Amino acid sequence: MTRRAAYEARQRRRANTIAGLSTLAVVALVVVLVPLAPGWEAVQRSFFDGETFVNTFPTLLRAFLLDVAIFAWSVPLIFALGLAIALARGAQSAALFPLRIFGAIYVDLFRGIPVVLLVYLVGFGVPGLGLPRPWNSPYIWGTVALVLTYSAYVAEVLRSGIESIHASQRNAAICLGLNSRDTMRYVILPQAIRRVVPANMNMLVALQKDVALLSFIGPVEILRQAGIYKSLLANFTPYVVAAVIFLCVTVPATRYADYLLNKDRNARS
Amino acid sequence: MKNVLTATILVALASAAWADGHCAAGKTLTDGTLTIATGNPAYYPWVIDDAPESGKGFEAAVAYALAAEMGFAADAVTWVRTSFDEAIQPGAKPFDINMQQYSITEERDKVVDFSAPYYTAPQAVLTTQAVIDGGATGTMDSLKGLKWGVVASATALPVVMEQIEPDQSPLVYDDNANVTAAIQAGQIDAALFDLPTALYLSAVVVDGGAILGQFDPAAAENPDQFGALMPEGSALKACVDAALTAMTENGTLAQIEAQWLQEATGVPLIK
Repeated sequence: MTRRAAYEARQRRRANTIAGLSTLAVVALVVVLVPLAPGWEAVQRSFFDGETFVNTFPTLLRAFLLDVAIFAWSVPLIFALGLAIALARGAQSAALFPLRIFGAIYVDLFRGIPVVLLVYLVGFGVPGLGLPRPWNSPYIWGTVALVLTYSAYVAEVLRSGIESIHASQRNAAICLGLNSRDTMRYVILPQAIRRVVPANMNMLVALQKDVALLSFIGPVEILRQAGIYKSLLANFTPYVVAAVIFLCVTVPATRYADYLLNKDRNARS
Repeated sequence: MKNVLTATILVALASAAWADGHCAAGKTLTDGTLTIATGNPAYYPWVIDDAPESGKGFEAAVAYALAAEMGFAADAVTWVRTSFDEAIQPGAKPFDINMQQYSITEERDKVVDFSAPYYTAPQAVLTTQAVIDGGATGTMDSLKGLKWGVVASATALPVVMEQIEPDQSPLVYDDNANVTAAIQAGQIDAALFDLPTALYLSAVVVDGGAILGQFDPAAAENPDQFGALMPEGSALKACVDAALTAMTENGTLAQIEAQWLQEATGVPLIK
């Protein structure tokens, strides 16, 4: 080990020790001080009741499966529609101008409306037109609302990916004799999609949480089930249980998105 | 100094005189005022036109009668609005008593205090004429086959799950408005409400609304009883209970019920 390496190792150790100690101090302060607050016992009973936690956990976990299912069938639809909108907005030919306008309006509209509002509007409004069962199901129309909103976001992400591909790629493809369709399919899109994977991972994490909004129009998923327990038991602990279950899924997903982001950055630099 | 002394004596005399015969003295949020909370919005027929200050509607009328019984004049009653969640959160609460059709349950009683019940609510089935024309009847067998919807914060869900045991799992909503929207959209066949609310919704809110029947409150194991909600350990509870007991015994409650909830008779029982 050179003197320089030894010095750097020493510096690193020192930084780690200080970071560890300061973290420990903060944690200790929180652990010691919060329970000293006068209302702590009441808060603990309301939010962190062990018995309620254990009793409601299994049902809430089962209810979470519904969130996972809605998520699973929404994602392919969102990406298919998002890609279609992105391509529509990027259409080059003059004759396809209406398509570009449509894409722009679609994105503005559905990115601008709060998801909750769209869930209500589509979830109660469309079935209210008089559709017969099972076509008026809140599952169908709630999913439609999610897909409308999220495909608008995904379309913008994909479009930014497509536009980030250097013009030389397109020119090279033309020189090779590819037509514009094949250029998009074999040259631009494979690079563009790969480039925006981290951004789309963030979309998925957000979607995973917004799935719970479908509970407003009837389905008993985890948030609703927690709400039912809350009102039956007059205790907020079920919400904490739901938060823990959500975190178990979203934390690994965000970490994975970060990992992809870093990998992408390292690969490019 | 003398002025201060006089003032002190006057205040002491005044509060002593006021406290005389009123068990609520010094136990309310603001001395001399009773702060009562209701829902936002408050629904018919519990509060008419969302204006509890008018004293119109069953709960508004009970609130003023209760205040009078406890020694508060009508102008000494202040109204505030809270959601269900605000009423059960662990911190300080902005009301002395909260009346918005809170069903008294054992679990809730651990976190907050309830007064003696001021109303026993029969549960009734709200549906539409179209569903009745489709063959639904007021029998348990028929009810099992319906698609149910209920409000999450109400005690109706356990009743649906345990007594009716429907074939399809019920859908659950935030409030009455969403349940009626779902009935209107044909997403659910029937919903369970307390009878006065069901009568109002079927007559005014739901197009082609109808009441399929009511559950006999006398036959229910745990009849749905409404109580005024108070913070846990409220010093006011004994006072409110005494007043409500007096109002039950002297017929005031029954009289208010007859005035505001009279049309509740004549609904067939579910068999």
